[in-house]
Amino acid sequence: MVSPILELNNINKSFGHVHANKNINLTINKGTIHGIIGENGAGKSTLMSIVFGLYQANSGIIKVNGNEIKLRSPKDSIVNGIGMVHQHFMLVENFTVLENIILGFEGETIFGEKLQKAKEDLKKLCETYNFNIDLDSTISDLSVGFRQRVEILKSLYRGAEILILDEPTGVLTPQEVDELFKILRSLKDEGKTIVLITHKLIEIMDLTSEVSVMRQGEMVGHTKTENTNKEKLAEMMVGRSVLLRVDKPEVKRGEVIFKVNDLTVKDDLDVIRVKNVNLEIRSGEILGIAGVTGNGQTELLEALSGIRNVESGNIELFGETISHKDNYLNPRMLKEKGLAHVPEDRQRMGLVTDFKAYENLIFGYHDQEPYSKSSIFNQKEIIQYANKVMKEYDVRPSSPNLLTSNFSGGNQQKIILSRELNENPKVLLVGQPTRGVDIGAIEFIHQRLIDMRNKGAAILVASVELDEVLSLSDRIIVMFDGKIVGEKENKNVTDRELGLLMAGVTE
Amino acid sequence: MSNIVVDKTKVPWWVSNVIVPLVNLSLALLVSGIFIFIAGENPIEAVKLIIFGSFGYIQGFAYTLYYTTNFIFTGLAFAVAFHCRLFNIGGEGQAYIGGLGVFLVAINLSFLPVPIVWLLATLGAILFGAAWAYIPAYLQSKRGSHVVITTIMFNFIASSLMIYLLVDVIRDTNQMAPHTVKLPEEIWLPSFEALSGVLGIKIRYSPLNLTFLLAIASLFFVWFLIWKTRWGYEMRAVGHNTQAAIYAGISPHKNIIIAMCISGGLAGLLGVNEILGVSHKIQAGFPAGYGFTGIAVALMGRNHPIGILPAAFLFGILYQGGSEVTFEMPNITRYMFVAVQGLIILFSGALENLFRPQIESFFVNRLNREVRS
Repeated sequence: MVSPILELNNINKSFGHVHANKNINLTINKGTIHGIIGENGAGKSTLMSIVFGLYQANSGIIKVNGNEIKLRSPKDSIVNGIGMVHQHFMLVENFTVLENIILGFEGETIFGEKLQKAKEDLKKLCETYNFNIDLDSTISDLSVGFRQRVEILKSLYRGAEILILDEPTGVLTPQEVDELFKILRSLKDEGKTIVLITHKLIEIMDLTSEVSVMRQGEMVGHTKTENTNKEKLAEMMVGRSVLLRVDKPEVKRGEVIFKVNDLTVKDDLDVIRVKNVNLEIRSGEILGIAGVTGNGQTELLEALSGIRNVESGNIELFGETISHKDNYLNPRMLKEKGLAHVPEDRQRMGLVTDFKAYENLIFGYHDQEPYSKSSIFNQKEIIQYANKVMKEYDVRPSSPNLLTSNFSGGNQQKIILSRELNENPKVLLVGQPTRGVDIGAIEFIHQRLIDMRNKGAAILVASVELDEVLSLSDRIIVMFDGKIVGEKENKNVTDRELGLLMAGVTE
Repeated sequence: MSNIVVDKTKVPWWVSNVIVPLVNLSLALLVSGIFIFIAGENPIEAVKLIIFGSFGYIQGFAYTLYYTTNFIFTGLAFAVAFHCRLFNIGGEGQAYIGGLGVFLVAINLSFLPVPIVWLLATLGAILFGAAWAYIPAYLQSKRGSHVVITTIMFNFIASSLMIYLLVDVIRDTNQMAPHTVKLPEEIWLPSFEALSGVLGIKIRYSPLNLTFLLAIASLFFVWFLIWKTRWGYEMRAVGHNTQAAIYAGISPHKNIIIAMCISGGLAGLLGVNEILGVSHKIQAGFPAGYGFTGIAVALMGRNHPIGILPAAFLFGILYQGGSEVTFEMPNITRYMFVAVQGLIILFSGALENLFRPQIESFFVNRLNREVRS
């Protein structure tokens, strides 16, 4: 017997003149995993923030178990049994798991009885759902996957019957995703209701029993997952059919323009993260790096782009050494030589989120004409350029004066990409080109990369999405524990083969 | 704990940048009024005296603008460093050393044509102030010594160094007091009364002088530097996101040093006002706390020249009007006005966000209602 646990009627929400949610109706049945899918900026996160009480709707009714409720703050939601796991975790890093979970719900001034009771309750919860967490470990020692479990545990402990997960797999490795899905399924079996916000179709097909699709602030459809397929959902999401595989002409390889010899790189803690790596990229090809997060890809890309110095070995661009142990060219010099870099963490590195969009569109190129002359900016020229590229790359909203932090992830990525591709680089290093980016934008970004390749650029793409590496690359290398453990032409390679290499299995 | 969530994109600029500071200021003045009442004087009368003292007659107004001049320099000094997320607490010491620069240049080059002396003495102020800021900047960028700590220490070092110089090296040997000889009169900066004398208006003495125009020019300079040039852009990038700056090939080391040196140079300009414009000699302790109050001016002015101008003017009013009050009201001492300043700093700095959410959501809701109806 299905009964609705959460009902939304005619929810409206606008930010300024942006109508983020238009007359949203949604019914979520008890004990189901309900997927909400849509592009970045479709209004999924806004809608769920309303349900969690972070935002107030301009109009509309929210019902839990048939009773209308008012949600003024997350506290109201928690009381009504709604819990949310955000994309970015809200944990105190130097507290233990237990301390984080009881934070705000301590119930006593001097820890004693109640703390013990909480600990026992939590242990029971962990056992029921197979969480496998040590309650006394410190958050900073835990991997991302475990931190997420702590967030889930926190919601459950606070009595959540409905658990909302916002893009939960964006930061996880494939194994961690499997673990998470196991947990979510066991939660469902225990009668909890799960709302999964995602833009990954595979997750919807794998996990959910019902799915709702949002597009540009509107709910465009509800269906049982068994009655639909990936292609249909994708079409509903973007309002047209999408290519899930990229069409690209046969590779035309030119000269080797980028070469890495016996490279070893240390991270900030002096741990060797890249070990004796050799690779070369020819003009006109895309070299993909596959690998589970944290196997040295980050440090490798940073060394290649002139952000991190190398421990031994060297890097050559057009036959000229650009980096060796004692010296390296900084990113600005490399840009002048035609090497562009799209960093894997856009908010930490690719952008200054407190800058206006136009300021980020010239970031790293700001000292070049026509943007500036003798160090003084030519505002008119910059705005003109910003307007042009924002149209060209379909950055929404296309207002150069808006603060960058007000753009969605996908649009921030487009800002970086337009900036780095605009100068027609000869070598392009790209980390996680489409992390947290919606399908429409993924297609767009992939097409741009392929265009660059067809024009003869040498491109390196590091991604944790195996699908992405497979669909973009002409040649694939796999990194494991800082080493290259395999290199394959991208012909008849299966994801199984690569998966084994990624797991460090090398015959 | 406030649970009000305000959608920041909807808050009109004038609410966060005008209404909120004004409310904070009014609160500070309200509490000050209570203090004055407790001290046994009539707050309303005190306000009248402040307004009369700072606006009521031309000499008083000139004093207000003289104080404003100093606050513009030290406020801008703090703001420039702050855009690179550096808390330059050392404005006081940098101004002190800047004054030394003015004096040394002016006394040694007084044979040159007068405008050239002014120009070189101003450069001297900038260079000496910048040099004094350079050392903490270097220590911050290369050694990671926190600039808050080092600049505070450098205030003490500057003070001791200047006392040593004023007692043992550059003292006017005909005097017992620790100050230098006076600069030759022909190189003094024209005062306000001299300038208005040219126009045929007779005004009594005030310390206001040509440096006021330099302060106004500095406001434009800082605005241009921060928002319209590559240097300001790079400083802001380093301040907001150092990682991203490195990615874009912007050197944090270089920008920390540039920001601190410009900051120190601006603080040094206080020496031009005090030495070339007012006292014409170095007196022990002449920066008299302007460097510290400049921090409050910058905070109140939200580190933007357009905000720093009214904030500096407000502190000018308080300084000038406050001295009028202490003169007229025996129960109010000079220290009472130090407390009033403290309250303003408290409400517009530390408690800046006390009522911000309430005020912002009030306006956001009201404006929404208007849009809907």
